[in-house]
Amino acid sequence: MTVQGWLLIAVFVGILLALAKPVGLWLFALYEGRRTPLHAVFGPVERSFYRLSGINPEEDQTWRRYAVHMLVFNALLILMTYGLLRAQALLPLNPQGHAALGEHLAFNTAISFGSNTNWQSYGGESTMSNLSQMLALTIHNFLSAATGIALAFALFRGFARRSAAGIGNFWADVTRITLYLLLPLCIVLTVFYIASGVPQTLAGTIDVSTLEGARQTLAIGPVASQEAIKLLGTNGGGFFNANSAHPFENPTALTNLVQMLSIFAIGVGLTYTFGKAVGNTRQGWAILAAMMALFLAGTTVTYWQEAAGNPVLHQLNAAGGNMEGKEVRFGIAASALFSVVTTAASCGAVNAMHDSFTALGGMIPLFNMQLGEVVIGGVGAGIYGFLLFAILAVFVAGLMVGRTPEYVGKKIESREVKLAVLAIAVLPLTILGMSAVASVLPAGLAGPLNKGPHGFSEILYAFTSAVANNGSAFAGLSANTPFYNGLLGVGMWIGRFFIIIPMLAVAGSLAAKKYTPATAGSFPTTGPLWTGLLIGIVLIVGGLTFLPSLALGPIADHIAMIRGQLF
Amino acid sequence: MNNDIVSSLRPALVMTLLFGLLLGLLYPMAMTGLGQALFPAQANGSLIVENGKVIGSSVVGQAFTSERYFNTRPSAAGSGYDGLASSGSNLGPTSQVLSDRVKEQAGAMAAAQPGRPVPADLVTTSGSGLDPHITPEAAFYQVERIARVRGLEVEAVRRLVGRTIEQPLLGFLGEPRVNVLDLNRRLDALSARSAP
Repeated sequence: MTVQGWLLIAVFVGILLALAKPVGLWLFALYEGRRTPLHAVFGPVERSFYRLSGINPEEDQTWRRYAVHMLVFNALLILMTYGLLRAQALLPLNPQGHAALGEHLAFNTAISFGSNTNWQSYGGESTMSNLSQMLALTIHNFLSAATGIALAFALFRGFARRSAAGIGNFWADVTRITLYLLLPLCIVLTVFYIASGVPQTLAGTIDVSTLEGARQTLAIGPVASQEAIKLLGTNGGGFFNANSAHPFENPTALTNLVQMLSIFAIGVGLTYTFGKAVGNTRQGWAILAAMMALFLAGTTVTYWQEAAGNPVLHQLNAAGGNMEGKEVRFGIAASALFSVVTTAASCGAVNAMHDSFTALGGMIPLFNMQLGEVVIGGVGAGIYGFLLFAILAVFVAGLMVGRTPEYVGKKIESREVKLAVLAIAVLPLTILGMSAVASVLPAGLAGPLNKGPHGFSEILYAFTSAVANNGSAFAGLSANTPFYNGLLGVGMWIGRFFIIIPMLAVAGSLAAKKYTPATAGSFPTTGPLWTGLLIGIVLIVGGLTFLPSLALGPIADHIAMIRGQLF
Repeated sequence: MNNDIVSSLRPALVMTLLFGLLLGLLYPMAMTGLGQALFPAQANGSLIVENGKVIGSSVVGQAFTSERYFNTRPSAAGSGYDGLASSGSNLGPTSQVLSDRVKEQAGAMAAAQPGRPVPADLVTTSGSGLDPHITPEAAFYQVERIARVRGLEVEAVRRLVGRTIEQPLLGFLGEPRVNVLDLNRRLDALSARSAP
């Protein structure tokens, strides 16, 4: 580990903390439906969208209606993407002449992008036409992100409103978030990426005659416009197979820093927005403090392990930290940091190959996802996931002191706790169940590239990533098979929508409740005691379930690594 | 419930079309126009053209394996630096295949430079398989070989490497690194100047 490495981490965290309030305030304006300076530009677009689709943005929807409209919209988008991918060969803007995608790959990819996962069973440059990248995939990058933030708004309203029937209007939320937040930021980011060396063209390939006299063909395309939303919307689906490790996606250390900040910016802002929404910004800071503590702990372990390197390779006279799967321009520190950021959030973009990390260095990304990606988390999904843990935490605190639990002015009763537990239980049940199935069936065992415990880690990582809607991979796994495409596709669907529905039910149930002012007997949900309790609940409920599986995978791998046992 | 579904159909259908138009076509097309107008060199891949031929991109790596040139890192992209198949090796820390590969490459390198540990980046594949850089240590490690093969003074080659090193932005953003294509072009120029 180096001073420069820690300086990078410190500057990254410093900028994030500085972003929390301004981003949070901007989001709060959208949450309240207030006018922003950008309404002068996009206001007419917003109004024309409502008019053409017959939407009344003032209509207050019940949680059921909010959920149904969200589901129908997302299902339709997924169907559209499936159709576009299946028809790729017949459609324009396909300079590479790529064939149409097969059924199971198109199924997997459509759900993957629709669920904000962006798991990629394919290599971008060898599979997707420019039209598919732009229309079939980029649209999900925007709208699955906007959906996530809208759902967080809906839950915030549940806490903030008193004796209310509705939790907001899904269409108004999604349209405003897209037009006044995601699109304008992406325009700025795209220009920055292009200026830094990320291509933006409709061409497909470039032929190069190298200095040594060989021929090299470089894939190229409209990369920058997709890159901008890929990170900002915590989507993570790369234009190229190598994702943000590819020099055309992430050419410099500065673009790398901007990408990491993009991943966290909205998630950090939403903690502040939550505080504003419930009328006490300290509530938001308490949540952010718990998230940052978990984040820094994970970063430390991964950076330490990667900098220490692989003793097996040291024996072979190859000096230094673990550089397998890492780019020189990022080095150890920026690669380790990126891996923790992308899995703490539900992004899944990678600037280094997690499969080639040291055993424990690669366990942290896995563990981050198993916690449910609530350490900052995906845009919207992170905070609503974390608030479900908060409901559980006040419940536990209530049991300990023998009082009815309350959180930000709402009594937490049996219905909310049951729904929260239901949502939280989806993750371990699906991940561990599916990993177990894949670990015994021949079709599952055909997947791993690596042998020994690391092979099991590849399977576990795949299902964790899919169900947690992350999308990064221990990419040695050959996942482009009917078995994996099918099972992972189902896992992504369950991991997204089976958490959202109970969460929206919690929002509806909370919104209907009266306000219960805090008294001297209320458990304080600001301050270090609360932050500590939150961390404990996340680790125990979210993490402990997975410990046995980690022991079989990365921990066994680590012991083999230090003993020099190879597979 | 039924009422909720029916009321969702028109907005869902129309919004899919409108957002498809705006985000899937208008946005990337407008960005392409803007990029081509403002930064045409970068938007088209930061290409380096020499005598009318594209010889590479300043941001993407190409293979250098001959002993006349500073070598790039091993690559898992296709059969090496394949610009249509970016990829890492994805070999894990306890992989026998990884260990064998590193052993072979480190052995070959060490034969030329006995007694010096091989810089890690020279025997490991990058994440993309298209890494344009090597570390300054990896460049200095190859100086004696280059000088011998090309009949140049060791000190001159060493100075060339020193001049080509790119430092981290603001001292901490990124790592000290050498763009191998850039270094090898300068090397060719140095050889041409030194030729009798």
